Amino acid sequence: MVLARRATRADLPQEAFTGLFGDIAVAAQDCADAIPTFWVQPADICDVLRKLKSQGYEMLYDLSAVDERQRQYREGQPDADFSVVYQLMSFSQNRDMRLKVALTGDSPELPSCCDIWPNANWYEREVWDMFGIRFSGHPFLTRILMPPTWEGHPLRKDHPARATEMEPFSLPPEKLEREQDALRFDPESWGMRRSGDSSDFMFLNLGPNHPSVHGVFRIALQLDGEQIVDAVPDIGYHHRGAEKMGERQSWHTFIPYTDRVDYLGGCMNNLPYVMAVEKLAGIEVPPRAQMIRVLLAELYRVASHLVFYGTFAQDVGQLSPVFYMFIDREKVFDIISSITGGRMHSGWFRIGGVAQDLPVGWDKAIGEFLDWMPKRLQHYQKMVMDNSIVKQRTRFIGDYSSAEALDWGITGPGLRATGFDWDYRKQRPYSGYEQFEFEVPVGASGDSYDRAAVRAEEIRQSLRIIRQCLDNMPEGPYKAFHPLTTPPPKDRTMRDIETLIQHFVNTTWGPVIPPGEACAAIEATKGINSYYLISDGSTSSYRTRIRTPSFAHLQMIPLISRTLFIADLIAIIASIDFVMADVDR
Amino acid sequence: MNPNPADQTWIDILIGNALVIAVLLVVLLSLAAVLIWLERRLLGIWQDRLGPNRVGPLGIGQVLADMIKIFTKEDWIPPFADRGVFVLAPTIVVIAMLMAFAVVPFAPGLGISDLNIGLLFFLAMSSLAAYSVMLAGYSSNNKYALIGGLRAAAQTVSYEVFMGLALMGVVILSGSFNLREIVEAQAGGWYIVPQFFGFVVFLIAGIAESHRLPFDLPEAEHEIVAGFHTEYSGMKFGLFFIGEYLGIILISAMITTLFFGGWLGPWLPPLVWFCLKTFFFICFFVLLRAAIPRPRYDQLMSFGWKVMLPLALVNLLATGAVVLVLEG
Repeated sequence: MVLARRATRADLPQEAFTGLFGDIAVAAQDCADAIPTFWVQPADICDVLRKLKSQGYEMLYDLSAVDERQRQYREGQPDADFSVVYQLMSFSQNRDMRLKVALTGDSPELPSCCDIWPNANWYEREVWDMFGIRFSGHPFLTRILMPPTWEGHPLRKDHPARATEMEPFSLPPEKLEREQDALRFDPESWGMRRSGDSSDFMFLNLGPNHPSVHGVFRIALQLDGEQIVDAVPDIGYHHRGAEKMGERQSWHTFIPYTDRVDYLGGCMNNLPYVMAVEKLAGIEVPPRAQMIRVLLAELYRVASHLVFYGTFAQDVGQLSPVFYMFIDREKVFDIISSITGGRMHSGWFRIGGVAQDLPVGWDKAIGEFLDWMPKRLQHYQKMVMDNSIVKQRTRFIGDYSSAEALDWGITGPGLRATGFDWDYRKQRPYSGYEQFEFEVPVGASGDSYDRAAVRAEEIRQSLRIIRQCLDNMPEGPYKAFHPLTTPPPKDRTMRDIETLIQHFVNTTWGPVIPPGEACAAIEATKGINSYYLISDGSTSSYRTRIRTPSFAHLQMIPLISRTLFIADLIAIIASIDFVMADVDR
Repeated sequence: MNPNPADQTWIDILIGNALVIAVLLVVLLSLAAVLIWLERRLLGIWQDRLGPNRVGPLGIGQVLADMIKIFTKEDWIPPFADRGVFVLAPTIVVIAMLMAFAVVPFAPGLGISDLNIGLLFFLAMSSLAAYSVMLAGYSSNNKYALIGGLRAAAQTVSYEVFMGLALMGVVILSGSFNLREIVEAQAGGWYIVPQFFGFVVFLIAGIAESHRLPFDLPEAEHEIVAGFHTEYSGMKFGLFFIGEYLGIILISAMITTLFFGGWLGPWLPPLVWFCLKTFFFICFFVLLRAAIPRPRYDQLMSFGWKVMLPLALVNLLATGAVVLVLEG
């Protein structure tokens, strides 16, 4: 058994970081994912962030927190009850940096960085909501995912995780009263005015149930006629506590939960999760398993983009394309179910590989699909993208620049639509993407039309990748031969006691992953999706942070929809391509 | 009816007219219901799916099932609505549409009224139908309905103008407002040829008047949920539905009458010709819904005033000039 060597910070040129922080004291930490990680004093954090932003770290990629109070393996780390984690991303230098701030006490406080990155707003609200960490100077620090009447902060270790740990639910009249009061709409508390210089505004409650919000998403609109003066998104209606579940499930049994995060992306969601676990465990995945993963991921990308394409057309009033595209999508699902047995949530990836080998004759149906699809895409191009009304409705609607996109944490097709050529699969190949030939389509103006056009072209590129999987599928095992592979390869279990024990333990308790921290990201259907996992040397994760692209994308809606019409807002929503499960987790 | 008009007494005329009206009412209302089924089946075919095909042969029993459903639903009026107007609104569209059918010449000798200003009567009735939508949007006391009602008001008022103007070319050519005389004047050639632009403008205005996709902005479900009829349910909603389909039949019948020679045609009986032509345009309306996306509200307006109005005016001037030159 060969354990892959774990990369450490020592592998990186140390001088790259000297001088980066000036005279501010930082302490380094080694992480299993080799992302340079530094501890910063709470008072210095804004200075450091500002400095780093000016030195090429353009994006506040993620901001989350960890309840450190029950963590055992914290060697070399400063004492903390909570730590806040900032993950920055530099596109120009193609590298990441993680900053951590140690906080103590039961109601810790930290300066807000909303004025450095506008997208910090929602992230800080989420940290407040989930951990009860205050951000001083935040313009609107309220709960974001939980209802306003919620008591406690769910991701704290002392907050119950299941209904059976709490009192049975009851709704006495006074509580009902309180809940209903909290639901009453008060424009001022949403930061909106009731009247302008010449007119009274109308407030329209778009959602949480509305035909075009793609799930349960609410936008409070301040309207002057049909013109949008202000829009305030309200999320959290689809929050299921996936991150909290990650702390209770074993490393293995959490995999199906990830499928449901971006429920259109199927087992592509498994990929960043299992990759992060594999980094922690030091597992090297065999080439065949890697290519099976790529094959399935790209099939799901096609399926997801087809849903996007169809609903995009439908939201601008074209009723037919969605039916044609769902027929094609059904063909994709036929292929996927012939391989995995599942359709939308196949949960097929495993720690160290995939669940089973490809079935005999797997390539036939895929070959037929690859011959069928390009013709259909040509039709769709004519039907949707070349349609003059579609162009009128979406051209220069909801446009933003590359700089704005980076500021707001926009990734994926939404970023590429601005002409910014950055695809995770190309820039930081994972799971063997470096072997594939494909192009990264980019737009020009970053408007709704370009966002759709980029995705339409990405379907073609995904088909190219699938074709290459078909032609070049390597032979070999579909699972790594490693003690932490779950479930472990079984061929030797009946021959020697060691492997039998390993197999028994791993399938009953689940694997024990060595302590450490790792983050793995992929180019998911909607943007960059990553899992930041902290293992405390047990059978389940100590902290599971799911960074989803849609969360950041929705936050930008007010900026790009002001002064437009309701119909434009629908076109913008359609072009963003989000699912609420991916936003709320 | 007595075949010889000279022998008819007033009772004959009264009974005859009453019979025609009754038959027409029954036929039109059931046609509108069947049309709902037809549209769903046609859309099914064009959208690569089945549509309602289970109840009765070809699924035609679906019409009956839908009617039973809609008649037995609770007739609910939201407590915050303006009761009187809320109830009145859906009836206006059905009444106006049915009234307009009074002047449609189905075949020689078949029709309710041979009005000498039939064309104007038709325009008046289709204008009245706009009240239905506006009042529904206003009385529902719902923001989505209000936006729908406002959109409807602006849209119908604008497109009314071009609709009327587009038809004046036909009036110049035939020298009459009487729909029967207009059909008879087309014996030498259908007006679709000399009045092609008039036809285009009328067709587009007709879609806007019946607020069907792509001009269904007053009820654009992706934007304003169900627009003006958001709060309606049961039979009152059913009346809006029937009204919309009556509108489609009416516009199709008018296109046939004004531009495609009405009942004129070789071999087949006149009524069959009329029905065939009308059916063709009904299918065309359904196809439009399957094919074209929805423009934005302001785009629809500027298209109307900047493209349709000039086109209708130029068409009117050109027709007038040609007729003057040929006759002078």
